[in-house]
Amino acid sequence: MAAFILRRLAQSVIVMLTVALVAFALFRFVGDPIASMVGQETTLAERAELRTALGLDEPFLVQFGNFVARAVTGDFGISYRLQQPVMELIMSRLPATLELAMVSGILAFAFGVGFGVYTALRRGGWASSTIMTVSLIGVSLPTFLIGVLLIWVFAVELQWLPSFGRGDTVYIGDWWRTGLLTESGRASLILPAITLGLYQMTLIMRLVRAEMLEVLRTDYIKFARARGLSNRAVNFGHALKNTLVPVITITGLQLGSIIAFSIITETVFQWPGVGALFINSVRFVDVPVMAAYLMLIALVFVVINLIVDLLYYAVDPRLRVDRANARH
Amino acid sequence: MSDIIKKPEPGRVARAWDSDISYSFRKSPLAIVAAGVSLLIILAAIFAPWIAPHDPFNPATLNLMDGFTPPMEPNQFTGNTYWLGTDNQGRDVFSTILYGARISLFVGFMAVAFAMVLGITLGLIAGYRGGWVDSLLMRVADVQLTFPSILLALLIFGVARGFIPPAYREAMAIWVLIVAIGLSEWVQYARVVRGATMVEKSKEYVQAARVIGAHPAKILIRHILPNVMGPVLVIATIGLALAIIAEATLSFLGVGVPSTQPSLGTLIRIGQGFLFSGEWWILLFPSLTLLALALSVNLLGDWLRDALNPRLR
Repeated sequence: MAAFILRRLAQSVIVMLTVALVAFALFRFVGDPIASMVGQETTLAERAELRTALGLDEPFLVQFGNFVARAVTGDFGISYRLQQPVMELIMSRLPATLELAMVSGILAFAFGVGFGVYTALRRGGWASSTIMTVSLIGVSLPTFLIGVLLIWVFAVELQWLPSFGRGDTVYIGDWWRTGLLTESGRASLILPAITLGLYQMTLIMRLVRAEMLEVLRTDYIKFARARGLSNRAVNFGHALKNTLVPVITITGLQLGSIIAFSIITETVFQWPGVGALFINSVRFVDVPVMAAYLMLIALVFVVINLIVDLLYYAVDPRLRVDRANARH
Repeated sequence: MSDIIKKPEPGRVARAWDSDISYSFRKSPLAIVAAGVSLLIILAAIFAPWIAPHDPFNPATLNLMDGFTPPMEPNQFTGNTYWLGTDNQGRDVFSTILYGARISLFVGFMAVAFAMVLGITLGLIAGYRGGWVDSLLMRVADVQLTFPSILLALLIFGVARGFIPPAYREAMAIWVLIVAIGLSEWVQYARVVRGATMVEKSKEYVQAARVIGAHPAKILIRHILPNVMGPVLVIATIGLALAIIAEATLSFLGVGVPSTQPSLGTLIRIGQGFLFSGEWWILLFPSLTLLALALSVNLLGDWLRDALNPRLR
């Protein structure tokens, strides 16, 4: 057990260091950091002095070590474009992204499981076939197109919902700005949350449906029916419960995708989150922001995968046997 | 004696017509429609300069007075009629779609080709050699698979853009895009080819080739490669749809192809800007084209996967 966790941790650290190396190389080789910091009048001597003061004349590995040390404390320098500390920028926009991701994740899970169970139980009904067909279209539509079409229908034609921004926001505590407590904030959240969650919803729905159909064929379901249990108890107490383990795993892994696709959704809806910040940093080659986002995303994915792997290890004893055999 | 019994050898075309794949294709209306739509769009894109009523990116052929002409209606100033209307600069939407599809498809095909060459090469080597090369490559593949490919393409594109000197950024954008999308999708090919190679390499024909002293490169390319191409073809077809969507997404986000060479994604981004002023056709038609293209290529890939899988017959 300890060996497995250690190996898995070491692997995560290697991944993070590789990403850090890419981020550092960006800093080091894209333009001259000194040139982007000083004005026209700075003399060559002053530039050289600054170079020494910042440690830019030290060996590559020493500089990389310093970069990693600073990154661990959350110091990524100052954005070239916005002239603000990068960490401050990211922290001020993180609540917007997290609220969006959370709401769409919950929507995707609730509707995914609901539709999945319904289509599995009422196989062949017209409502089921409609849901399945719509889900097929939902999977093949690119995320940004879903967003644009939703804006067209609900913001332009029907004028029910706002098409961009977060609406009014209020502070909870010192820095968490939330849109969930105001009416316009909640209205602004609906379209982006649907856009972001639709793909995940179809994925969860198809998974739940397939798992349900599988489980409903098993003997213990037949036995439960034979015991005269109500449909409700059989379908939800026995069948659904046993489909949820893989569903929760997949949903956990999809968290990363939600963050990835939030870049797209935030751009479509001009949502002031971290993803939109990143897209702008790519457009203007704002290296500190790009580097920080790169590290942040890598960290999120590494942590999610680490947790899922460790959970698997804890839940599934077969993995342990395999490892033991492989070693001898 | 034997030449009396011998039937004439069927030609290549006849043999292709009689094959299982061809039979399953002719029996699947969905596959025929999907292939038809894909082929139509691809041909229209290839022959865009001859089909398009005018070159939308040649200012000499544009008339600003033609701007915002609705589809199938004569323009109020010039009296010109356009099938799909015009955009703000008087560019015929039908022409911009043809030229846009050309760029989308070019990036898509090149990215798939790049991913395929890289993935097949690494997969063959990993599967044939085994050992540390194999475990290193598969570790990298595992790590890469945990990231969604669109995010990866975006990150690679951003990083690569940073390394290119500003003077070349616009000119290199398309190639950077192709490499970024290709790099984000090579893993699928490498995994499948590696698995198939490991199965093939223990078979007798490979051992025979090794016994007669054939060079490993020759064994891999001449003997093993043709036998692992089936699944690769399926991945490549679905990969094309993915690559087209990835390109459209990046261009829509404004970080893909340069604005002088608008792809379907760029056209949709431009069209979104006119949604609120009521010029819906600038958005709708490029979106429909992208959807038709992605959907039909996807369906074709699905059909190919079922057709090549003997277990499903």
